[in-house]
Amino acid sequence: MAPILELRGVKAFYGQSEVLHGIDISVENGGMTVLLGANGAGKTTTLRAICGMVRSEGEIVFDGQQLHRRTTEEIVRLGVAHVPEGRGTFIGLTVEENLRLGGYTRTDQPDVSMARMYGYFPILADRRWQQAGSLSGGEQQMLAIARALMMSPRLLVLDEPSFGLAPRIVDDIFAIVARIKREEHVSVLLVEQNASLALELADRAYLLETGYVVTSGTAKALAADPQIRRSYLGY
Amino acid sequence: MNEDAEGAATAGKPLGGSSVTLAGTDSWYIGYRRWLAALALIALAIALPFALSNYHVFELTLVMIYAIAVLGLNILTGYNGQISLGHGSFFAAGAYTAAILMHRYGVPYWATLPAAALICFALGVLFGLPALRFEGPYLALVTLALAVATPQMLKYFDTWTGGQQGINLVKPLPPPGLGLDRDRWLYFVVLAALLIAMRVAANVLHGRSGRALIAIRDHPIAATAMGINAARYKTLAFGTSTLFTGVAGALSAMVIGFVAPESFSLFLSLSFLVGSAIGGIATIGGALVGGLFIEFVPNLANDISDAAPWAIYGLAMLLFMYAMPRGVVGSLGPWLAQLTRYVLENSSRQKMQTEKGRLS
Amino acid sequence: MHQFLQQVFSGLAAGAIYASLALALVMIYRATDLVNFAQGEMAMFSTYIAWTLVNAGLPFWAAFAATLVASFLGGMAIERVIIRPVENAPVLATVVVTLGLLLIFNALAGWLFTYTLQEFPSPFPDRPLFGALMTTRDLGVIGVTLVMLVLLYAFFRFTPTGLAMRAAAQNPESARLCGIRVGHMLAIGWGLAAAIGATAGIMVAPVLFLDPNMMGGVLLYAFTGALLGGITSPVGAVVGGLIVGITENLVGTYLVPSQLKLTVALALIILVLVFKPDGLFGTAIVRRV
Repeated sequence: MAPILELRGVKAFYGQSEVLHGIDISVENGGMTVLLGANGAGKTTTLRAICGMVRSEGEIVFDGQQLHRRTTEEIVRLGVAHVPEGRGTFIGLTVEENLRLGGYTRTDQPDVSMARMYGYFPILADRRWQQAGSLSGGEQQMLAIARALMMSPRLLVLDEPSFGLAPRIVDDIFAIVARIKREEHVSVLLVEQNASLALELADRAYLLETGYVVTSGTAKALAADPQIRRSYLGY
Repeated sequence: MNEDAEGAATAGKPLGGSSVTLAGTDSWYIGYRRWLAALALIALAIALPFALSNYHVFELTLVMIYAIAVLGLNILTGYNGQISLGHGSFFAAGAYTAAILMHRYGVPYWATLPAAALICFALGVLFGLPALRFEGPYLALVTLALAVATPQMLKYFDTWTGGQQGINLVKPLPPPGLGLDRDRWLYFVVLAALLIAMRVAANVLHGRSGRALIAIRDHPIAATAMGINAARYKTLAFGTSTLFTGVAGALSAMVIGFVAPESFSLFLSLSFLVGSAIGGIATIGGALVGGLFIEFVPNLANDISDAAPWAIYGLAMLLFMYAMPRGVVGSLGPWLAQLTRYVLENSSRQKMQTEKGRLS
Repeated sequence: MHQFLQQVFSGLAAGAIYASLALALVMIYRATDLVNFAQGEMAMFSTYIAWTLVNAGLPFWAAFAATLVASFLGGMAIERVIIRPVENAPVLATVVVTLGLLLIFNALAGWLFTYTLQEFPSPFPDRPLFGALMTTRDLGVIGVTLVMLVLLYAFFRFTPTGLAMRAAAQNPESARLCGIRVGHMLAIGWGLAAAIGATAGIMVAPVLFLDPNMMGGVLLYAFTGALLGGITSPVGAVVGGLIVGITENLVGTYLVPSQLKLTVALALIILVLVFKPDGLFGTAIVRRV
């Protein structure tokens, strides 16, 4: 089966500086790929390049379509949902309004989708009329993921979902992500610092360092790799 | 853990768009080749009045006066990021100071200049202190209110200001023996004032104070954390800028020979702002471009369309901002500097090659 | 006492107009982070369009509706064509562009319609009410403003487009990630603001008489009201505008001769701002280091 997302020789630029130096990445249809690496390796930049938020060169193919010259809004409307670093919730709006915005591009049955989201994240249902800014970190992360899913995306892009969250909440969130992947038939591209948890769930993994892909393979292979274990898994 | 380098840069977006800029356009005043260019320009400025008619000399004198006024605004808005829609009021303050001193108290014209400077500096500091509390559009409103109130107040306090009629002045006589008429003498007085103003501005802005102002403009919290007393610098910046504009006002009184409330309306303040933006708000040379714009574009607009000249003026404003959003000197300056460097590099490379050719 | 109440009510009517224009200013500020100095002149130009339609024989409310539509489309066009090129330029460039727009509209109006004062019809007869406490015209103006506010509130609160516009103003990047075309939202914002301005202009023209310089003072008071309320708060804009209207009237009646009215009114309001530098309802801009 063809991968749903493929990056070939992608370079990215902040102003004049080149920060990604020709990377190749793929996400299988229905699978989960994780990008690992230290701070500054280029993981977030890769995600931003996919969504047209940063200047890039090279080929980015999603579901047979070239993403390269499109605006962020167009890319999103093609079926790519991006949960950015820091969540990007509309803190001045209510939980329910945030979800509605997620479903903005879908004209059919927003209430049905919302009911499903409340099913995955019951705690959001309790807080539906609260201002998003008053939610805890974990709840905001759930809201961000739910909002992304409201558009029934083909590809879910998650940037550091575990950031700043307590381990128990992180476990909850990853459990939900795994369930969503199964039930919603959505492919996932994940950027994570929490390597061990990510490698348990993912199919493929890539290790980035200063803008290059230094290792790639199945998640199992990388998890077993002693060098990676030492550098990123801590044992 | 922010891999996003752009995040930091958007935090404190400076008004004129230039970040730390000392090595850019204002290095006109550093480096001896540029000194030569400056001297050539000054020589031209000295020769011009003898080649032009009285009226043109008068116009050029006004250009230089507006340039001094705009320079004051550049110090405030460009280097310190405080936007002022009311500098016309300080121009008026300087003009009326000079007029009242000359008309009522017979003070010689040259003595009114330091008086206007002092008074306008004091006014600027007095105004700048409470203005510290206001940011962005709020400061714009406060200065706008000042600009709108000025003609009203000038008309109201008519025992001092001569009310609606204003004050008529006798234009100063040139010193005997120089063979200059009044208009040309005043041209040179103003030219001297402009050169002094630019030199003083360059000294202040390229030194510690200038760096402090830029730091306060771009990253006020970091600047305070480094021990810069932002309140003191901002207030002094205000006072300095009004000093410049006030002196320009005093000069305008003696050059035009007349002050009246109508000349100091909101439009004057807005003209200064427009001149500042079009010249390049964090530059010194831009003030001269601004002065040229303020003096000549209205007349040009009238030539193009006497039915709706201000529409042409407005259109000119739009087109300049589309083409050069950082102002003429702000946009062309860096480009010219690069070009000069390129030419210099290539000419020295050629020299090296011919040397090599001779030796081998 | 009777005179005091009279002045308060007529101040409210003037304040309603300032409040409308202030609301337009705040909408544009929230969406695009800039003050549209040309808002008053755009409103004035719209009013001339209405005047032309009425003179051509259209009934008042039909001309009103047509003008609103034309202003909406015009506002959208201005955002796309005039403002977009300097969207990412330094702040001062946008200030100069809106000032330039101000001059262009003013000169254009003067050229097309001359500077002669014109009479403008009001749909409300000018009869005294409640024992000369206020006039039917004042009540009409306040009524129209109220209706407009309610419609706007409903639009932003209950429609998907209104929600998308709020989102785009708060967090444009996240809005894009929801597939919202932020550029379109900005254009719609400008269109709405232009329509609101047109309403303000049409309401004030019967009183001030229509001429190209009609909205200058109104814009100044509206700007003051918007800042008094807090430049980021729509509620603040309305409250601020009303306060400015009442203050202006009371100051002009009781305190100073009309030459100094503007000065003193502004001074009073700035005094308030000294104690509340972000306006009454404004949120202090919290800077993260």
